[in-house]
Amino acid sequence: MRRERIVDVLVVGAGPAGLATAAGLAASGVGEVEVVDRERQAGGIPRHCLHGGFGRLGMTGPQYAERCVAAAVGTGAVLRTGVSVTAWAAPLTVDTTSPRGLERITARAVVLATGARERPRAARLVPGTRPAGVYTTGELQQAADLHRQRIGTRAVVVGAEPVSFTALDTLRRAGVAVAALVTEHPRHQARPARALDARLRHKVPLLTDATVVELVGRGRLSGVGLRHRDGRTAHVACDTVVFTGDFVPDHELARRAGLLLDPGTRGPAVDGAFRTDGRGVFAVGNVLHAAEPARAVAREGTLAAEAVRRYLSDGDWPSAAVRLRVAAPLAWIAPNRLTPDDPTGAFTLRTTEFLARPTLVITQDGRTLHRTRARRPAVPNRPFRVAGDWTGRVDVRGGAVRIALG
Amino acid sequence: MAVTRRGVPPDVAYDVTVIGAGVVGTAVARELARHVGLRVALVEAADDVGEGTSKANTAILHTGFDAVPGSLESRLVREGQRLLTAYAAESGIPVEPVGALLVAWDGEQLAALPGLLEKAERNGYPAARLLGPAEVRAREPHLGPGALGALDVPGESVICPWTTTLAYATQAVRSGVDLLLNCRVEAVSQAGESHLLSTSRGPLRTRYLVNAAGLHADTVDRLLGHDAFTVTPRRGQLIVYDKLARDLVRHILLPVPTALGKGVLVAPTVYGNVLLGPTAEELDDKTATGTTAEGIAALREKGHRILPELHDEEITAVYAGLRAATDQDDYRISAHKEQRYVTVGGIRSTGLTASLAIAAHVTELLAGTGLDLPEPHDPEPVRMPNIGEAFPRPYQRADLIAADPAYGEIVCHCERVTRGEIRDALAAAVPPGSPDGLRRRTRARGGRCQGFYCGAEVRELYERGAEMGTG
Ligand SMILES: Cc1cc2nc3c(=O)[nH]c(=O)nc-3n(C[C@H](O)[C@H](O)[C@H](O)COP(=O)(O)OP(=O)(O)OC[C@H]3O[C@@H](n4cnc5c(N)ncnc54)[C@H](O)[C@@H]3O)c2cc1C
Ligand SMILES: Cc1cc2nc3c(=O)[nH]c(=O)nc-3n(C[C@H](O)[C@H](O)[C@H](O)COP(=O)(O)OP(=O)(O)OC[C@H]3O[C@@H](n4cnc5c(N)ncnc54)[C@H](O)[C@@H]3O)c2cc1C
Repeated sequence: MRRERIVDVLVVGAGPAGLATAAGLAASGVGEVEVVDRERQAGGIPRHCLHGGFGRLGMTGPQYAERCVAAAVGTGAVLRTGVSVTAWAAPLTVDTTSPRGLERITARAVVLATGARERPRAARLVPGTRPAGVYTTGELQQAADLHRQRIGTRAVVVGAEPVSFTALDTLRRAGVAVAALVTEHPRHQARPARALDARLRHKVPLLTDATVVELVGRGRLSGVGLRHRDGRTAHVACDTVVFTGDFVPDHELARRAGLLLDPGTRGPAVDGAFRTDGRGVFAVGNVLHAAEPARAVAREGTLAAEAVRRYLSDGDWPSAAVRLRVAAPLAWIAPNRLTPDDPTGAFTLRTTEFLARPTLVITQDGRTLHRTRARRPAVPNRPFRVAGDWTGRVDVRGGAVRIALG
Repeated sequence: MAVTRRGVPPDVAYDVTVIGAGVVGTAVARELARHVGLRVALVEAADDVGEGTSKANTAILHTGFDAVPGSLESRLVREGQRLLTAYAAESGIPVEPVGALLVAWDGEQLAALPGLLEKAERNGYPAARLLGPAEVRAREPHLGPGALGALDVPGESVICPWTTTLAYATQAVRSGVDLLLNCRVEAVSQAGESHLLSTSRGPLRTRYLVNAAGLHADTVDRLLGHDAFTVTPRRGQLIVYDKLARDLVRHILLPVPTALGKGVLVAPTVYGNVLLGPTAEELDDKTATGTTAEGIAALREKGHRILPELHDEEITAVYAGLRAATDQDDYRISAHKEQRYVTVGGIRSTGLTASLAIAAHVTELLAGTGLDLPEPHDPEPVRMPNIGEAFPRPYQRADLIAADPAYGEIVCHCERVTRGEIRDALAAAVPPGSPDGLRRRTRARGGRCQGFYCGAEVRELYERGAEMGTG
């Protein structure tokens, strides 16, 4: 049978976002705050990012994860690992499985902080054979750095965004030569110093405007087929391929709850207070927008804690909301619902093309609400932001708000 | 219990040797094992059972309603369906009797339905009936626009092909069959009353021989001097959509067959996914199990027309299987009395369904060639681990977890596979020969993240399990 329990707040996912939310809530004394995570160790993705660059001090991922855990536990949040949330029994009640048995946990507020993952080869529809030696960065990091497994001898890395360069580091540590970084974009999307270091010091060629169109090899990968934008094709011999980036939120619980999802982010649609369209259900972190740096999601967690605390004390939940929609080449915006009492924070956007200081035009029902020139170029797979000082002009009974390039 | 992956074959004279441990070969071995006292070997070139066509099909337990009436295939599919349905219930092989709708999208297809209804009746399947457009839509609310009608075939089911092959193999091995993996038969010669098989692991002697080598049944047949048929691989590429798409479809949605072939279906899987495929491509390379950009694109286009909302769903896997087609629209099963040899060739696109009936048929043919069959016994039933979603999985069972907490420890999150299940698979009578084999037994790393979360951990468990000397 299922053990039934009640808590004040249940946070699902003990990554930086969930832990920061829990820490903020427990510190404000809202009652019993419980965080569950299906992994044996709390900390989320940073657990297996052995490289530095996390938090303000540039710690390694595991150090950062430890800090997040300590902060949550230190404020009195209850942290339980090895506990998977597997289903919903009611709008604020979930079913869990752990080695200690089955539980049914009801909360006054549920916070989904289930994170994001990279799309694997199959989801990217890369045809060919199904050999061994095919990774995502997440799997590569765990295999090489946590489990010390043998990876291979020569790799192709698909993608040239920040996470792709961390894959290079992992491969280097594992003693794997890198044949090339391949990106369909005309340029890499990392910090220039990072890319320069890979190219000059580590001699990793960057192939731009190119796509991996086939995996070759029986048993073990023997190479990949490439196609360049101009139609040329090539074969690169390798026994390992790492598919990096192309993040997708882990939205299973959000979807199973029947929450409204945003077609751009594919995560639950939320307003500036991290409220979904399900009363009492909040969502925070990369499940909203895959994938932001850990610091950014931890900051969100702190803000979400404040929003949850407010809800627990006043019980208010918005009844009306306006959707935010983007036009190509913009891919998504988050948050993506506007509610009347929304805090006017900043919005994060993604583009699918390089744009030199784009002008954003924000309209509703044909009325221009805001026009702003970005201060920096917009780069695919990297966040750019727009302030929320225009949200007061939105008619909450009006149609969708559109964000396009002017 | 003997499953070996290396070393020379035992120096004994087997009564019967079955070449090929696909769903057909394992079924034959299991059937032979019922005759206690026979020494049976099952030899397989790959490092696991079911590594050939049997691992990559559409997983439908057919009624045979659309077979060629009067053919051997028609009879064996019909009998096989009945046998496997009962066997699955006994063994815990996941089966879901979802039923099929053959949906007509144009006038020509609609006009073909009454003929198919009549064909079904001639195949001894009386339960089919015609549905009008409104009824079709009521039954399948997410169907794309334009469905004009359908033939309802309530007896069609979806099944787990991996557990099926594994159940046969497990039962065979437990009943004393020697399963020799990594053991390719390369030549066959005659030594008195015996066949002498040259295998990649050394010589093996056997009095009777069954050729269930799937795509290579013609090659093995030629080793015995027969040139009766040639197997032409017909590739089928398939797409598996995410479990979150499962609510979009209730039945197996079959196309109305046309002159151009059987066409593309959309079906639920017993694992809770949605399957789209297969293509039909005539090839000459029996190893061409890769997928192609054109194949995938064509499938998606068709699938999105049948079920438009599939378009927004994530894809979990893409794979291809090769049907063993010959130049005849029927199985090519024949006995060669003087050679104490039975060929089981051309088991095209229905072999999973027909497997148990093929096994019974082949055993009869063996008896006809002179094999002395001891009285059959019902073997000790097997109870296979459940990897289907329609039945409680270990992570949902408080009783199991209370008795053994390893069933509460989820390792593969997308498919909710527990450490206990992985441990059991590694210690089973027929342990996996690779992480992929472990996936087919447990679903570990077969889900939407394809290993992003659990890949390294599953590999670790596999390697540790394999080290413990199971194979
Ligand atoms: C490969 C990779 C490299 C990265 N490198 C960097 C970097 O160098 N610097 C940087 O700043 N950021 C980096 N990031 C991004 C950073 O890791 C994320 O921003 C951060 O981890 C997101 O935090 P989160 O809490 O939203 O989600 P996650 O860290 O993903 O945590 C989600 C947690 O939810 C749990 N969970 C999910 N579903 C359930 C369920 N049903 N039941 C119980 N628990 C569940 C998961 O087990 C997981 O622990 C990287 C990300 C990846 C994928
Ligand atoms: C795309 C597709 C869809 C299908 N859909 C369905 C369906 O929905 N329902 C259904 O009932 N059927 C279906 N089938 C058909 C079904 O999968 C096959 O009929 C069945 O798997 C054939 O099994 P088999 O044992 O004959 O062949 P295989 O599984 O190929 O087994 C033959 C074995 O012999 C081994 N072998 C070959 N040569 C040698 C040698 N010299 N020495 C040792 N071993 C050797 C091979 O390694 C292989 O493992 C489908 C097939 C395909 C391709």
